[in-house]
Amino acid sequence: MNILTYLIPISLILGGVGLVAFVYTVRSNQYDDPEGDARRILSDDWDDHPKP
Amino acid sequence: MTATMRPSPSACPACAAAPAAEALAASAVPRAQIALSLPTIHCSACISKIERALNADNRVTSARVNLTLKRASIDAAPDVTAEEMRRLVEGLGYEAHELDQGTLNATANDRAGRDLLMRLAVAGFASMNVMLLSVSVWSGAEDATRDMFHWISAAITLPAIAFSGVPFFRNAWAALRNRRLNMDVPIVLAIVLAIITSLWETMLSGHHAYFDAAMALTFFLLAGRYLDHRTRAIARSAAEELTALEVPRATRLVDGAEEVVNVAQLAVGDLILVRPGGRMPVDGEIVRGTSEIDRSLLTGETLPVFAGVGQAVSAGEVNLTGPLTLRATAVGAETSLHRMADLVAIAESGRSRYTSLADSAAKLYAPGVHILAGLSFMGWYLYTWDVRTALNIAAAVLIITCPCALGLAVPAVTTAASGRLFRRGMLIKHETALERLAQVDTVVFDKTGTLTTGMPQATNLETLPRPVVELALALAQGSSHPLAQSITRTARAAGIVAADLTDLTEVPGYGTKARYQNQEVRLGRASWTGAQGLSETATFLKVGEGAPVAITFADALRPGAAEAVQGLMDQGKRVILMSGDTTPAVEALATRLGIPQWMAEALPADKAARVAALTAEGAHVLMVGDGLNDTAALAGAHVSISPATALDAARVASDIVLLGNDLSPIAAACMTAKSATRRIRENFRIATIYNIIAVPLAVAGLCSPLIAALAMSLSSITVSLNALRLR
Repeated sequence: MNILTYLIPISLILGGVGLVAFVYTVRSNQYDDPEGDARRILSDDWDDHPKP
Repeated sequence: MTATMRPSPSACPACAAAPAAEALAASAVPRAQIALSLPTIHCSACISKIERALNADNRVTSARVNLTLKRASIDAAPDVTAEEMRRLVEGLGYEAHELDQGTLNATANDRAGRDLLMRLAVAGFASMNVMLLSVSVWSGAEDATRDMFHWISAAITLPAIAFSGVPFFRNAWAALRNRRLNMDVPIVLAIVLAIITSLWETMLSGHHAYFDAAMALTFFLLAGRYLDHRTRAIARSAAEELTALEVPRATRLVDGAEEVVNVAQLAVGDLILVRPGGRMPVDGEIVRGTSEIDRSLLTGETLPVFAGVGQAVSAGEVNLTGPLTLRATAVGAETSLHRMADLVAIAESGRSRYTSLADSAAKLYAPGVHILAGLSFMGWYLYTWDVRTALNIAAAVLIITCPCALGLAVPAVTTAASGRLFRRGMLIKHETALERLAQVDTVVFDKTGTLTTGMPQATNLETLPRPVVELALALAQGSSHPLAQSITRTARAAGIVAADLTDLTEVPGYGTKARYQNQEVRLGRASWTGAQGLSETATFLKVGEGAPVAITFADALRPGAAEAVQGLMDQGKRVILMSGDTTPAVEALATRLGIPQWMAEALPADKAARVAALTAEGAHVLMVGDGLNDTAALAGAHVSISPATALDAARVASDIVLLGNDLSPIAAACMTAKSATRRIRENFRIATIYNIIAVPLAVAGLCSPLIAALAMSLSSITVSLNALRLR
């Protein structure tokens, strides 16, 4: 059962990474326009050079 | 800015405040924020086309299209006006409307929603981890391993609950401080007691810990809260968009020069120009020009009224034919439009007495749960003389009975029902509006602008001789007056060609005149053409010295009005028509729609009093109205609906806003509200059944954390699924 000393922290850290990622997406307004973002990815306007 | 904002050690607060205010004003000026509503955009090509065109203008710093809200927000140099941007987008072939930035800013960042979502995420993360640890305990972890798992669970649960349970703690504290009980009191008690007993058990390396139950409980309840909040946030932002579409602007005359300013900047004594088709921004007195004004939104009268120099006008009236110059006598909160708000406030105090289904369930439920938990604690303590066992069992009872399903029962159903009604074009603004709509047995309709469009329709053109109609069309087609436009529309549809006229002139406030075969012909008001006025809406045609001919009008029905009235009567509801218009006009409409009860020439206070009298008789009144004269009645009724074309004040006072032009969804909405309330009651019953099965187990001390977790999840899932069955 000694493997638990590694597995439990690993699982907690992985879950925490997910939580932090979610908090980041909420803070950076990524849920303001879900429909528009889903379509924007298909547009090739900024493919050759990044948006200024 | 930060430098000047720093508090100075001055003794006089105003001296310190003045430079700070200046600094704020200076920093607010340089950029212009413009928002446009783009109702027709739908694809990625639309987004890039509009953004490219807007960004191509070198005065625009940045422009971004939001497809979900169907809106564009533009950051531009201060001299760019919204009108220019609107024309630019319309040139690309998209419909565009300006939105009032001041109204939108209030909704831009939905802080409360984001806050709830954050807490929900933390609760979700914690409950998943704790649940995984609990599964291994249930499947046979023992001794030191079990203790370690319990300690890890405690380490996750304590901070997670401290953060994500805040909304419940706050509500429960607010209720207790006012010596009341609400749903949150048993929730908080269960969570706190579960954590205390579990910590105690863990310290004594006991078998049962309820960390997973406490965490799952918080998660499920937060999910219900979040659903509830989202439904209302969507309705609120849609309602605010309607308000933002009416940008409050006025044309002020300063030394003969026109300037467009915000209505808020107008002062008493200012000269204001109102063009034909414009709405009066303030109360005032006419100093120049003659015209006709439409007062239907204020009084319900359909007949346009003559307006000349010296006459007083109120904010909200619409100028029809000629340009008018007003001198403002009252602005902003002093206008008659705003004074109506007092009436609304008085009427609204009656409505707040409604107790929602959830609250009445909580009233029954909360004391019951506490007494049951208290009794089982006492019983077990007297039986075993062991505080630890007794406390364990009391905690189990509280957790098992905890209103997880009850907390989801209402929001799950209202979310499903509101979504369904939103797709049919109805905005549910108030949280208990659906429950109240389900109780309605009497429906009161306003006439002008609600059952009718407020657009007159010529009724006797086909009975008139053809040459007369040809003359009327020729005189009418150049005018923007609603009666003239109606003649033009009806005559053109009948294939009539206009007669040849010379010297056509419009006399604002009176009508139009011209020369026809060396005679003067006039189309206009009764007094101007030498005719006797009629009781119904009419305009008169006079040829030379001949007798004037009357052209009569009836108000056009709003689409779906007949279906809505019929549908409501088929449901066995009493339908009443109440209007500020004249008796013949109201009677004619009542007979046309088959409404047995009607009331004409009603003043705003009469309407509110009638609604109050109906309520006193025990009726649950649904008020449907759009005008300023309806606002008090709208606020006083059990539940109220107004169309999107209504005045802002009326929309604010009502619980539900109809987005489309069609009235027919009203009858269907009553049915949906009924079935939604039925589902809510069903959900309460399901939750109760789960409790009846699980509570004896808990009281008998047979309940393990596994059973608690199973009962909780199962009842929550059943309740949510039941809500989705709603049609």
